[in-house]
Amino acid sequence: MAGGGSSLKSYLLVRTLLVIPTIFILLTLVFVLMRVAPGNPVSAALGGHVPQAVIQEISHRLGYDRPLYQQFGSYLWNLAHGDFGATITDKRQVSDIILVNGAATLELTLAAAIVALAVGIPIGLIAGRFRDRPIDAASRIFGIIMYAMPVFVLGLLAQIVFGSWLGWLPISDQASPMTSALMTTHTNLLLVDAVIDGDWDSFWDVLQHLVLPAGTLGLVFAGVFVRLVRINVIRTLKDDYIEAARARGIREQAVVYRHAFRNALVPVITVIGLEIALLMGGAVLTETTFNWPGIGHALYTYLQNRDYAAVQGIVIVFGLVVVFASLLVDILSALIDPRMRYQ
Amino acid sequence: MTDSPHTPVPKPQRFPALRRIFQPVAETRGFARFMLWTGAVLTGLFILMAIFAPWLSPYAFDQYQLAGVAFPQTAPPSALHPLGTNVQSTDVLAQILWGARTELLVVALALILALAIGVPLGLIAGYFGGWFDRIMVLVMDAMFAIPSLLLALVIAFLLGSSIASGIVVAAAAITIVYVPQYFRVLRNHVTSVREESYVEAARAIGAPPSTILTKYIFFNVIQAIPVLATLNAADAILTLTGLGFLGYGVQPTQGAEWGYDVSRAVGDAASGIWWTTLFPGLAIVLLVTGLTLLGEGLNETINPVLRQRAATRVNMEDEA
Repeated sequence: MAGGGSSLKSYLLVRTLLVIPTIFILLTLVFVLMRVAPGNPVSAALGGHVPQAVIQEISHRLGYDRPLYQQFGSYLWNLAHGDFGATITDKRQVSDIILVNGAATLELTLAAAIVALAVGIPIGLIAGRFRDRPIDAASRIFGIIMYAMPVFVLGLLAQIVFGSWLGWLPISDQASPMTSALMTTHTNLLLVDAVIDGDWDSFWDVLQHLVLPAGTLGLVFAGVFVRLVRINVIRTLKDDYIEAARARGIREQAVVYRHAFRNALVPVITVIGLEIALLMGGAVLTETTFNWPGIGHALYTYLQNRDYAAVQGIVIVFGLVVVFASLLVDILSALIDPRMRYQ
Repeated sequence: MTDSPHTPVPKPQRFPALRRIFQPVAETRGFARFMLWTGAVLTGLFILMAIFAPWLSPYAFDQYQLAGVAFPQTAPPSALHPLGTNVQSTDVLAQILWGARTELLVVALALILALAIGVPLGLIAGYFGGWFDRIMVLVMDAMFAIPSLLLALVIAFLLGSSIASGIVVAAAAITIVYVPQYFRVLRNHVTSVREESYVEAARAIGAPPSTILTKYIFFNVIQAIPVLATLNAADAILTLTGLGFLGYGVQPTQGAEWGYDVSRAVGDAASGIWWTTLFPGLAIVLLVTGLTLLGEGLNETINPVLRQRAATRVNMEDEA
């Protein structure tokens, strides 16, 4: 950012402090959006059959009848104390949604990220190494088609092939009803819970349920990594130090594998952070397709029930995750990249 | 105009402006050329589909019967229904043809709106700077923090209860997603161009800011827009179909929408019915791929750093 200091420390300090205005504006934006919208949140959530007096009573209890600046004040105050509020329709705490449904989303997103990296990085490296050869063209087309593929289309096609035709994998939910009834909750991450209990039957069941959603979301995001890694390899192979390594007589293989690939992967860390926003947007679609009980699926349900309070809370959570992920990425890349230190 | 647009390089002495536009296209080689032409053909096909949908389509998009006989539900492809029928007994081919119209119409509307809002804001913020610039940058950055599909979803949700027309709601939701992008690109470009000597000169001879902005800066900065808008159109189709899949945006009574079609097919997957997912899905993939290839191809053609001209190619290796 402009006005950054001359050392790593002051850069990190400024970058961290900048999070405060960003969050403030994000929260204001969400508040304004939800309040500018026409209609009373309470009557929207309860439907048309509720008497006016009841709506007024609930509006009063939830504070929707107070002046806007007071509502805004208590909204910020509560958030600052970690209180994300409660849903109107089923009176659940938003923090509870984050804990329970968020764990399911985390499990899905992490598994998808592993698939995306495992598929995307090797293809990107090969494409960049053999620039303009047929294998490069093929991997670029793969990248573009994967980008163009909506996650719900790929997901449904996978359900048809692997679930319906071949009968290999379950096509929806996070676990079989039997398994979810038997398992005890420790961390809300089902795979981890199964390991803690040493319950390998449940572990296997949960893993099978994870394959299709994570594979689908991961493949779609592999396209992004193919593209990114390819460009970085091409750029790195043109750098002076690569020329220098070649000039010193180091074998081409060693130049490529030891010098170029390693340096080409550094920016990938940055982009993983930025892709988290996209990955979470994709999670809403994936979770809806696979009936996965994550936070995106919760958002979808609350949108259907017109529960403004729940939608507001979940959107804030998504926004905060993105803000902190990009902070983390900036800090990490400052620590990794020495050029950042000697600006 | 004796030269049709199909002639790649018009006669140089007669159409210097055309020549300047088409020269890079003619000089594109290799993968960039492939991307440009494949993208243009795919996009062109869908534009033709959108225009001629009423003549090409065997049925109306919401037609579920013919001469009093109802169409079968989820029937496999047959002579009467080349791509089968879906769970609502409508013809899948008709949905796809009419859907092209909806997708392109909504996305065109949304991008024009986003340009109309984002470009002036970016120009003004970048040129004048000051507190307006600072606040706009912060607000746009905060909008970036909300995942784009989520932002569109919330806007569609909030507007959905008040405005009747789903097409306008969908377009508005997508507009808001892309305004920050145009703002950011324009603003950053203007801040760098602002200090160029020709702008300095215009200022020195007393041109008012409005003249400098519209005459000198606008045309310099606007060159980044075609590539960005094409790539954004691809992205916007994905956002629109995502909205449709979740049941927001274009309403099924107003027009066919591919994302909505696929959402109706979710229940079919368990029974192995593939045509209700595959064909609308394929339509989305092909249109988005076409727009992406066109955008990437344009980028490599226009962007001189990436451009591989015929001349340099010959010097480096004899056979391309």
